[in-house]
Amino acid sequence: MRLLIKGGRVLDPANSIDKVMDVLCEDGKIKAVADNIDEPADEVVDAAGKWVAPGLIDLHVHLREPGYERKETIASGSRAAACGGVTTICAMPNTNPVTDNEIIVEYIKMKAEKEAVVNVLPIGAITKGQKGEELADIGRMAKAGACAISEDGGSVANAGLMKTALRYARMFDMPVFDHCEDNTLSGKGVMNAGDRASLLGLKGISNDSEEVIVSRDMILADSVGAPIHLCHISTRGSVELIRQAKERGVKVTAEVTPHHFALCDEDITDYNADYKMNPPLRSREDLEAVRQALKDNILEVIATDHAPHHIDEKNCEFEKAANGIVGLETSLSLAITELVEGGILTPYELIEKMSTNPARILKKDNIGNLSVGSDADITVIDPDREYTVEKNKLHSKGKNTPFAGRKVKGIAACTIVGGKIVAEYGELK
Amino acid sequence: MFNRKDLLGLRDLSEDEIMTILETAKSMKEKIDNPALRSDELKKSSIVTMFYENSTRTRMSFMLAGDYLGAIVKDLGVATSSVNKGESLIDTGKTLDQMGINVMIIRHQMTGAAHVLARNVNASVVNAGDGTNEHPTQALLDLFTILEYKKHFDGLNVTILGDISHSRVARSNAFGLTKLGANVTLAGPSTLISSSMKSLGVNVTSDIRGAIENADVVMGLRIQFERQKNMPFPSLREYSSLFGVNAEMLKYAKKDVLVMHPGPVNRGVELSTEVIDGKNSVINVQVKNGVAVRMAILKLLTQADR
Repeated sequence: MRLLIKGGRVLDPANSIDKVMDVLCEDGKIKAVADNIDEPADEVVDAAGKWVAPGLIDLHVHLREPGYERKETIASGSRAAACGGVTTICAMPNTNPVTDNEIIVEYIKMKAEKEAVVNVLPIGAITKGQKGEELADIGRMAKAGACAISEDGGSVANAGLMKTALRYARMFDMPVFDHCEDNTLSGKGVMNAGDRASLLGLKGISNDSEEVIVSRDMILADSVGAPIHLCHISTRGSVELIRQAKERGVKVTAEVTPHHFALCDEDITDYNADYKMNPPLRSREDLEAVRQALKDNILEVIATDHAPHHIDEKNCEFEKAANGIVGLETSLSLAITELVEGGILTPYELIEKMSTNPARILKKDNIGNLSVGSDADITVIDPDREYTVEKNKLHSKGKNTPFAGRKVKGIAACTIVGGKIVAEYGELK
Repeated sequence: MFNRKDLLGLRDLSEDEIMTILETAKSMKEKIDNPALRSDELKKSSIVTMFYENSTRTRMSFMLAGDYLGAIVKDLGVATSSVNKGESLIDTGKTLDQMGINVMIIRHQMTGAAHVLARNVNASVVNAGDGTNEHPTQALLDLFTILEYKKHFDGLNVTILGDISHSRVARSNAFGLTKLGANVTLAGPSTLISSSMKSLGVNVTSDIRGAIENADVVMGLRIQFERQKNMPFPSLREYSSLFGVNAEMLKYAKKDVLVMHPGPVNRGVELSTEVIDGKNSVINVQVKNGVAVRMAILKLLTQADR
């Protein structure tokens, strides 16, 4: 099986390429990248006027399976990814049961093998049951193929245990994805603390609840010499702390979600729970800070924190509503609209943040690049296509997005996984 | 003019709408003391109270307000209803809607609950307190009481003291009073007040004496222990001595200051007993006015042309 992508602008930061070229795939691998490939192929993709990038990698996705299949499944979540141009998704471990041992890791891999249309990499929990009391079977999960560990949904409150986890995970080269939140500070808050929370009468979550743990965990990682990856950074203060830590040589990387670079708390006008997530939409000042941090490469990854929920968990009292929004099918379009069109990132830098850097953090060299011999995971992007986001067109089981009705520019024209086209222009193939 | 389906808060009401409610309430007040004046103008309306939180004043005054105007009034005993079987607020609302209820009066521990209900039912919804957001009928009865004694709002110094951060009463009053031209000061210990409340157009301070100086109205608020996780001050003794209002402190206010409180009062904490029962206190008048204002609201909502 040979697939030839002709005449697109190849954006492959791992190989420092930004040039109109052809890409040939054979038997699921990249066979050649060259100026003009004139070889026979079973299928030819005309990529003139489009970008040809290594498949997008999303480090932060909730697939909900096992346990919460009414919110999302590996099958539905992977289809949402494909339609959004994402070829590899990392599945967070706050499933039921929690992904805290190799048996659940194996289960997710087996389900993905049978039902998914993109690559699914399970993330293991840091502690058993995500209870913050004792380490999960990190080593056995690593051997079974977990790509990282994370306590996402919360932090490991006990600093001593977190330090042990960082030190232990390092032995297995397991990245640690850190959700930064001190629960004693965020308390019962449901949106960003500030004028808008005051106006709406909702309990606020202050920036310090994130920054205290950002600070603590960078200190811990530095002290044991381990790398750390910070999830969904949302505040100006966190950005400053990360900037300073990088200057000191701490091995820290950090991600930001599309909603944190596209929205702020002023967008919450009613008690619409599609705007409720954790960390919450922050102030306009924080929004400007994370956008600047993307430009300055303080934040080197864009990840969605795709968090599908059933409609009943959102169509209710704001305080009672579940946290999180879906993101897989809108992240690329929002990134192009807000960041590339907005003059914050070049297309090349965008691909770094959505593919190259995530692969580096995962320490995987078979994805996130278009080197000969790498997996033929490719996203062909039409940067000019304009459309309006619609809830009922989403392939995720979750329709919980605050972006419904928003006009965006740019879309995954063709999502290729293992040399096979799985989706085109937001529809499955 | 008042032509709304729901009364959810003072944040969204215009000055004109507020004054319409207060005007209507004036003609209602006499019906409370004189049973001969009670009417049956709401006899075609059915009203249900849905109280997910405890209440004496608000629930009773709504039920009586309905009775005095001849409406059918029922209480959904939340504790003995299907809410205890896990029925959602929206489902409970839709169920009552099907039974022909015209007005749903809801108190709920979560901010925005009344708004969610209002979006999902045909009946009119009255917010009788939602979380830490608003308590519009309390603020309207406070406004009515102030107007009764002071005849106007323009330039009045109104000081609200106590547990500001958890108080929907303070917030509704702040929205209403600022619209009507009063100067509002919110005062309390720094742990019970947030400086971002300044964005509501009010003064925010922890200087209690400064806040009381020259006040035309002093309104005390109860400390809502049920909403506290970490105690925000060391002891009640310290609180009442540093942040409570006693007769000595009240001397800094204007001579004809009105002392108000939405009740229930923690006697000797936010206000001393001598202040609660003193000559400047209109706390009991507020209760009677509450019935009048709620009568006005029921009348306006059921007779709105929509």
